[in-house]
Amino acid sequence: MPAEGSGPLADVAPEPGVAKPDPILVVDGVTRRFGGLSAVDVDHLEVQRGLITALIGPNGAGKTTFFNVVTGFDGANSGRWTFDGRSVGGMAAHKVARLGMVRTFQLTKALAKLSVIENMKLGAVGQRGEGFLSALVPTLWRVQEREIEARADSLLERFSLGHMRGEYAGSLSGGQRKLLEMARALMAEPALVMLDEPMAGVNPALTQSLLEHVKALRDEEHRTVVFVEHDMDVVYDISDWVVVMANGRIIAEGTPTAIGANKDVIDAYLGTHHDAPLSEAEEERVLAEIEAVIAKESASD
Amino acid sequence: MDWGGIFENTLRAAIAKDAIVFALAAIGLNVHFGYTGLLNFGQAGFVALGAYGTAITVDYYGQSLWLGVLATIASAVVFALLLGVPTLRLRTDYLAIVTIAASEGLRLLLRSVTLGDFTGGSTGLSGFAGDFYSINPLPGGRYGFGPFRYSSDTWWMLTVGWTLVLLATLLVWALMRSPWGRVLKSIREDENAARSLGKNVYYYKMQSLVLGGVIGALGGFVNAVATRSVQPDNYGTAITFFAYTALILGGTARIWGPVVGAMLFWVVISFTEGVLREAIGNEVIPSSFMSTTQVGQVRFMLVGLGLALLMIFRPQGIFGDRRELALDAR
Ligand SMILES: Nc1ncnc2c1ncn2[C@@H]1O[C@H](COP(=O)(O)OP(=O)(O)OP(=O)(O)O)[C@@H](O)[C@H]1O
Ligand SMILES: [Mg+2]
Repeated sequence: MPAEGSGPLADVAPEPGVAKPDPILVVDGVTRRFGGLSAVDVDHLEVQRGLITALIGPNGAGKTTFFNVVTGFDGANSGRWTFDGRSVGGMAAHKVARLGMVRTFQLTKALAKLSVIENMKLGAVGQRGEGFLSALVPTLWRVQEREIEARADSLLERFSLGHMRGEYAGSLSGGQRKLLEMARALMAEPALVMLDEPMAGVNPALTQSLLEHVKALRDEEHRTVVFVEHDMDVVYDISDWVVVMANGRIIAEGTPTAIGANKDVIDAYLGTHHDAPLSEAEEERVLAEIEAVIAKESASD
Repeated sequence: MDWGGIFENTLRAAIAKDAIVFALAAIGLNVHFGYTGLLNFGQAGFVALGAYGTAITVDYYGQSLWLGVLATIASAVVFALLLGVPTLRLRTDYLAIVTIAASEGLRLLLRSVTLGDFTGGSTGLSGFAGDFYSINPLPGGRYGFGPFRYSSDTWWMLTVGWTLVLLATLLVWALMRSPWGRVLKSIREDENAARSLGKNVYYYKMQSLVLGGVIGALGGFVNAVATRSVQPDNYGTAITFFAYTALILGGTARIWGPVVGAMLFWVVISFTEGVLREAIGNEVIPSSFMSTTQVGQVRFMLVGLGLALLMIFRPQGIFGDRRELALDAR
């Protein structure tokens, strides 16, 4: 858990809609209704550039819908939002992606009948061979294709998928597909990556290295990451800032420590999950209890 | 029974005009359905436009054959745009509905009395193929080898037709190994994934619809010059479904799938027809049970049965990869 008082957002007040020093994504008055249900109703939200922001909230809170709306996959009923200073509200999804805001999907979208490496190569943007006429002249795109392939291979290694490069993506396991989708999104070299539950279904042994990758995105590649996650340990571990959603609204935001101590959040969300990490005092108390039990049992033997 | 005659006919069917026409129609569908996942049920419309594009330009407007070919290509492009603009942003099933309706509507339009001056109504047109055969560079007379003995003009038609098939195949091969083809395949697999990676899905679908439509229209051109006539009722929806059959028979998303599928389709049709006719003629099948006039229908029933068996024992087609089918079930 990051120590209180450190980090670029240490001085930012932990309240919903608070302004950030250098926001890459600014959302204003965005609503999305399904019939009578207000799935997203965000008054104001800023995402700080170069940091990892976690978006948490109970099932059905509107996290995925929020992702869909800001990335152009779903239309908003109202609202404006800017990415990197440009208004992107109402923009087609592929244009948003080209600007550098790339998302992954909660339900993974591996391109089943393409090989893993082809999946990866698809992710690169600005490919000369993707034009109809230039496609017919391989000399125009061969060199670029080789560069893309080299980059794809090194990413696959990082995501422990190197040995699967020639396999159909459809033959990967659920967790491997998650990894592939994330790696594929990175092929686009996005300034902002939006990951919808990237760790869901991934083997815990791999989760740790995946978390390291996400941290590396921030620390080495200076990308901004927004991710949806239900596992609070993961949230506390890697995020610089946490945004809490419930019933479509942002009910709290702040540093992980501030959120962990926020009573509204505990009531709305954490309380129902019981997976908030124990404070140090609590941990010691629990350990003492366990030790006492063990001591008793060994004495009675 | 004259087995020799049956086998000769069967061999001829493998390279005959119908194999060319359906190979081109199926190559087009392979681009649409096999590579992009577009459900075009109106390929017959593209084939019809291909035939009429040349026929009307040459016969009605008195223009050259080259302008006719240009009109064939242009009309397919326009038809693709008309079909694609309203539907390609919607779910795939909309394209299926619109294309099947449009191709039938087009056929009715072509045979309508109102357009009779241009199209010849239900009798069609026939005075346009002269230019095609007047540029035939092959020596005159009748020649060939084995069962393949044709007139000079037929050899010319077969040469042009199979050249078009080879060129279309080469084009599809070159495109599908390129990054452009990769985008098409990604759209077939999941268009939202393609979108999330910055690909303009609508634009690619449109390109695919145009390309496959133009290739199908070339099939119509071959049909028109080979039969030296166009008639609207030769361009019913059966063309679309036979072309799909050929494609699936050969294997979708395989370069040679549609070509080999179309050849095989007509081989099987010709063989069953030959056997049935001989069997009836020699009283092997009693004429009280089936007459020669029923052979036309019965052969398609048998082909249907054959297809059902194929789907059970080799669902991936001849060139397909069974592993790919297994992926769909996951
Ligand atoms: N296409 C849709 N049509 C109707 N209702 C929808 C649609 N998509 C989402 N909803 C509703 O909007 C609400 C928010 O759903 P959303 O998927 O955004 O939640 P979430 O926070 O991502 O939940 P989870 O943690 O379970 O993924 C839910 O009540 C859901 O039923
Ligand atoms: Mg969700």
